Amino acid sequence: MIFNKPITIALSKGRIFKQTLPLLAHAGIEPVDDPETSRKLILDTNHPQVKLVTIRATDVPTYVQWGAADLGVAGKDALMEHGGEGLYEPLDLQIAKCRLMVAGHPDAELQGNRLRVATKYVNSARSYFSSRGQQVEIIKLYGSMELAPLVGLADIIVDLVESGNTLKANGLVPLEHVADISSRLVVNKASWKMKHNTVMQLLEAMREAVNQQNS
Amino acid sequence: MQREKWLLPEGIDEVLPPQAAAVEQLRRSLLDLYASWGYQLVSPPFVEYLDSLLINTGGDLDLKTFKVIDQITGHTLGVRADITTQAARIDAHQLRHEGVTRLCYAGTVLHTRSDGFAGSRAPLQVGAELYGHSGVESDLESICLMLESMQLAGLEDIYIDLGHVGIFRGLVRQAGLDSQGELELFNALQRKSIPEIEALVAKLGISEEVAQMLVALPELSGDDALDQAKQLLAAAKADVKSALTDLERLAQLVKSRLPELPLHFDLAELRGYHYHTGVVFAAFVPGLGQEVARGGRYDDIGAAFGRARPACGFSTDLKLLMRLAKNVEPDAINGIFAPWSDDPEQHQAIERLRAEGNRVVMGLPGQDESNGEMGCNNTLVHRKGSWTVMAN
Repeated sequence: MIFNKPITIALSKGRIFKQTLPLLAHAGIEPVDDPETSRKLILDTNHPQVKLVTIRATDVPTYVQWGAADLGVAGKDALMEHGGEGLYEPLDLQIAKCRLMVAGHPDAELQGNRLRVATKYVNSARSYFSSRGQQVEIIKLYGSMELAPLVGLADIIVDLVESGNTLKANGLVPLEHVADISSRLVVNKASWKMKHNTVMQLLEAMREAVNQQNS
Repeated sequence: MQREKWLLPEGIDEVLPPQAAAVEQLRRSLLDLYASWGYQLVSPPFVEYLDSLLINTGGDLDLKTFKVIDQITGHTLGVRADITTQAARIDAHQLRHEGVTRLCYAGTVLHTRSDGFAGSRAPLQVGAELYGHSGVESDLESICLMLESMQLAGLEDIYIDLGHVGIFRGLVRQAGLDSQGELELFNALQRKSIPEIEALVAKLGISEEVAQMLVALPELSGDDALDQAKQLLAAAKADVKSALTDLERLAQLVKSRLPELPLHFDLAELRGYHYHTGVVFAAFVPGLGQEVARGGRYDDIGAAFGRARPACGFSTDLKLLMRLAKNVEPDAINGIFAPWSDDPEQHQAIERLRAEGNRVVMGLPGQDESNGEMGCNNTLVHRKGSWTVMAN
């Protein structure tokens, strides 16, 4: 690929970064530094025009929305919380898959009025319960959601579930499915328009890589 | 919580010297530009009845509008969040011209939430609207004037993005969707979420032919989008085809008038979908992740004020233009300091100098210009029986 305009791609460290690398490699982009060992926040790639920035997963939509990065890889969970305004999400990368679920004690009451719901995903939880016509109290927590029902802080939780092992270890079970989560390629609106050819080439290459991986 | 008295509310800013003078200068230059194109200035009120402000605008503008109760009538008033509807009201009801009316405006609007990055909740909206002509020629005029406005503000490398809301609207009609289905598709399309669009067309039971066109729509963009559309939207009905013809004709006109301008199409662009009825356009510049100026055709608003009128126009935020232009020069040190004196001759000298276009700052007793706070590089001194200007 030829990059005639500078492109910045925002990624979060860890699993998403590792699973995005093969997709970027298919588009001919390889980072020069390893984010796990490097302390640099802006990583160079084999293309002088292409930079990678590593940020927190929940910050990716914000960086891309305001054009601090042209593209990014963001979990659908982060996009649902952010609202997705001002950015495009044209491609499901089919990586970092998990489910957003309601969980709690096996005998938890789900129909009760004004259930207390502990979650990091405030907007998603609120819209899920309101779409069911149910009024709930949301308790925003930043981590260890599983603890909340155990100590009586909440009746149920809404959280990402991958294997379900953490739930199990704490005597909780997944109760209801809220949404399937996977990572999406997100694109800034202005970049889509002003760097259109580059963005489209990159999108095509990554789409091809996703299809190959999943065929 | 104790609040510092000097603190301004979030997103409410004030403009200080020398930027304030530069903003005012740009405001005048823009209005002069519009006047030279035949646009007449209107100055609509800051508040009016809420329902008049929200004609055909959908929920977004409602959420953005500050509301107060009118103590006289008990009705809800809105602080304007957009001047476009006000100008349309003036054209449709107050002026009642038969032919083409061109109006321009500049004024502060208020938003409950900022829609810009770390943005202002009180943008200085400036724009120009053209009523009474429904062809692409008036769209062309709006685009050209928008571009000149950007250039006048000192912006460079401007991109124009063109779309047409009639394309999506036509496909929705062809698919026979109800308003709920339309809204769901609209939300997915605005985010170009192809996976969601694919899931929605299946869920809504849209026929294969129309479904394919809806799935293709998000990526119908770029400089060759119209050519692609001829193939990919071949199965569309006449209303979509006529929207494409309009866009093509407009693009030809823009290209012949402004051959150097980078023109980008995005047939899935649905900015202002609720009130736009035809072509939509926006200006982008490198370094800003959002559009700088936007506009389009909105033919139906006048009907609510008693007279349907074709309409198109654009607007932008003057303070945003100033920020992007980055060419505000600090005030040149240029002025004459006149130390306090009760000599009538000094007063006459000052009046003469001011009439000649000089900036003369009158000193007060006990005051001098040694610290340069008044920005004067000259002093009016009494020499050999007359008042003369000496360099500091």
